[in-house]
Amino acid sequence: MMTPEDIHELAEAVRSSPRVLAIGAGTKPRLSQIEATKICMQRLQGIIEYDPGEFTFTALAGTPLAEIAAALAAKQQYLPFDPPLIGAGATLGGTVAAGLSGPGRFRFGGVRDFILGVRYIDGAGRVLRMGGKVVKNAAGFDLPKFFVGSLGRFGVLAELTFKVFPRPASSMTLRLSSADIHSSLNMLRSISRGRWEVEALDILPRSFDIALRIAGPEAALPLLATDLLAHFDGAKLSNEEAATLWEDLREFRWVPPDAALLKIPVALDQLLALYSSHLGDSIHVSAGGNVAWLATPRTTQWPAMTLRGNSPLWTAPTQRPAIWQSIKTAMDPEQRFPTLDP
Amino acid sequence: MPAALQRLAQILPADRLLTSAAELAAYESDGLTAFRTRPLAIAVPETQEEVIALVRLCHELQLHFVARGSGTSLSGGSLPVVGGIVITLNRLNRILKLDPDQRLAIVEPGVINSQVTTAATPHDLHYAPDPSSQSICTIGGNVAFNSGGAHCLKYGMTSNHVLGIKAVLATGEVVQFGGESRESIGPDACGLFTGNEGLFGIALEITLQLLPRAESFHTVLAGYQTLEQAGDAVSAVIAAGLLPGAMEIMDALALNAAKAAVHAEYPPGCEAVLIVELEGPRESVAIEKQSLEAILTASRPVEMRPARDAKERLAIWKGRKSAFSAVGRLSPDFIVQDGVVPRRRLGEALRRIDSMSKEAGIRVANVFHAGDGNLHPLILFNGREEGALERAEDLAGRILKMCVEMGGSITGEHGIGVEKREFLADMFNQYEIDAMLRLRAAFDPHGIANPGKMFPGKEAPSLSHHGLHPLEKAGIISRE
Ligand SMILES: Cc1cc2nc3c(=O)[nH]c(=O)nc-3n(C[C@H](O)[C@H](O)[C@H](O)COP(=O)(O)OP(=O)(O)OC[C@H]3O[C@@H](n4cnc5c(N)ncnc54)[C@H](O)[C@@H]3O)c2cc1C
Repeated sequence: MMTPEDIHELAEAVRSSPRVLAIGAGTKPRLSQIEATKICMQRLQGIIEYDPGEFTFTALAGTPLAEIAAALAAKQQYLPFDPPLIGAGATLGGTVAAGLSGPGRFRFGGVRDFILGVRYIDGAGRVLRMGGKVVKNAAGFDLPKFFVGSLGRFGVLAELTFKVFPRPASSMTLRLSSADIHSSLNMLRSISRGRWEVEALDILPRSFDIALRIAGPEAALPLLATDLLAHFDGAKLSNEEAATLWEDLREFRWVPPDAALLKIPVALDQLLALYSSHLGDSIHVSAGGNVAWLATPRTTQWPAMTLRGNSPLWTAPTQRPAIWQSIKTAMDPEQRFPTLDP
Repeated sequence: MPAALQRLAQILPADRLLTSAAELAAYESDGLTAFRTRPLAIAVPETQEEVIALVRLCHELQLHFVARGSGTSLSGGSLPVVGGIVITLNRLNRILKLDPDQRLAIVEPGVINSQVTTAATPHDLHYAPDPSSQSICTIGGNVAFNSGGAHCLKYGMTSNHVLGIKAVLATGEVVQFGGESRESIGPDACGLFTGNEGLFGIALEITLQLLPRAESFHTVLAGYQTLEQAGDAVSAVIAAGLLPGAMEIMDALALNAAKAAVHAEYPPGCEAVLIVELEGPRESVAIEKQSLEAILTASRPVEMRPARDAKERLAIWKGRKSAFSAVGRLSPDFIVQDGVVPRRRLGEALRRIDSMSKEAGIRVANVFHAGDGNLHPLILFNGREEGALERAEDLAGRILKMCVEMGGSITGEHGIGVEKREFLADMFNQYEIDAMLRLRAAFDPHGIANPGKMFPGKEAPSLSHHGLHPLEKAGIISRE
């Protein structure tokens, strides 16, 4: 294990070994369970630039999300996509490389929608910058987005620039009751098309109930909540209950210790089939039905990525198009980073 | 008949393979009218299979091709390549699926941007990216350029609304990146493909996310004595924690032009006008509009005019949306730039543009997306005057360099195309440009897809003049 202290040392570390993989805080262990010299990113931490008036910050990849969230909160701003595992110590770089977003991604988009720029080390050990530092930029190819979900297989992220938003003055969580998956899905459909502009819309694990969050000026929320509760059966949660509910989801506290945790991107229309094929397992459906987090002692037939536990990194692997290999060779000619499919 | 044409004729019937001088003339240029080139032929496919066959043939013959939507690119992105073919996608214009429950649409690349919203409107949904050319530009062109519009601060660019892309790459390989889910696993290739400026291949089918239409709007027009005051008001709105759907500024020259063109009415004695629009559920807007009023009052405008109804709101936007072409009418020719500066430096940037303009003796009008620092200076000149174009281009170049110096970008939404390729090196060093070239070669080893664009060097197309897009002259479209 190498532990570089700055970007220069990071580039050295990449060059020093024929096969390397960067790791952050190790909160998604399955993603780095592979033969390679590990580069520990935890010393490369700190916010380099934060200008609230620009809605942007730049931080080293090893910076814990918790530190970033605290700095943003002090200026009434936030990353709207609720990055997961923030309490467990997840880093900014690890979140980008894993491509993970939490319930809040429903309203304004996920980690891919807020990343603006990267500084990274390519397979030849060069330090390169792609994207930009302003909220709007269309110059050059959008490599920052490609790094989202790239699992360190195409380059080591050193520094990231993100867009942030003003934090809504207030938020409120409702729990809507549902007896079965059919009615949960119907609620997802009508609420996501509705006028309320909800921030988060999830089906809770081990239940069919819906958790939804609205946000905005404080005085507007009771009115919106009353209207929602006139359409759907449910209740308001207290602030403490709401905080615990979202935190438990974000930290995957509902996942049994012996189960594997998998991310399955889905479309709303597939959810019924997903539930039927995993009757004994716990599922948390998030982002209005666009992603399912599955906890299972086995594995799955659905295309998924395993974050932890005993399941293949990619389940249901399909033939990847030839372009993947060409991109990999372009970015990492010496194959210094592991391939996507080990 | 050249061998390439014979092979093309095996894919397309004669009436969809245009080769006569008169037919080619219509495709010689795009929205950057200064550049003109004549291609070998125009291919007019009607099906995805025909597009795939054309690209595979180009790959086999190493024949250059340029994909083309409506040809409204302002940076020469769809300018033909001499000796190559243009593949126009306007006939692939079907909306293949519109699913209101999943809030998505699957469209072919030739579908016009505003048609997506038109199709979604009965379901109270809309497609958010709204370039001012939306009534004419295609989704394929929007994807290639990652186009923006007036609502980017809150809703992002095209890329933030593309969930999936089926494409034929320049190697002939057909791929599907992303799909119907808003989430994905593995590297985000869909994000990488968006904004490739036609250098990777041709998008055949695009899955777009739709958003619920905002229930209510509150639009305010505020007039200021100086541009800087208007810029400060923008900062104050941001500092207060509001997230308006749009914040736009017009300067005096633009105001006068809009007055003359569409009889827009502005408070007298103003050097600048700011438009701010809030949107959302009625309960939230009702409260936020009070905060906005307090902030704007404190910014000491000459006058503040909140829209009292939908008609007044439309009138405010009409003035704004017509400003571009209105300014264009003040002058025989103009260049529009698209640089971005950090928002806090807007005032400084505008001051510097003003002094550069005075120094060069060239008029510059500013109409821009203030919320995200995306400037759109319009540089006015008369192409018939000896050296005028060169002086205007020189000024445009200095403005771009200033944007980079300030920590911004050479393009917020119009792309690099042919026009700004010499400035790519101001933003990226040689290693970074090489990395992009390697990536480009991965998608297109023979360099046949839209060569001569984005990257510095290469053959320079011939210049003629800058001015209104032919469709603008005909009054069909207008721009911001
Ligand atoms: C009056 C006016 C106002 C404008 N306002 C705005 C604005 O507010 N915001 C903004 O961002 N832009 C604006 N533009 C610029 C322009 O409209 C956009 O860049 C638009 O996306 C181009 O679409 P198009 O269909 O005309 O594409 P074209 O100009 O035909 O092509 C643009 C690029 O896309 C490539 N391309 C086209 N189709 C495909 C495909 N299917 N697959 C791969 N590549 C393809 C072409 O090769 C070319 O490089 C404006 C232009 C005008 C003339």
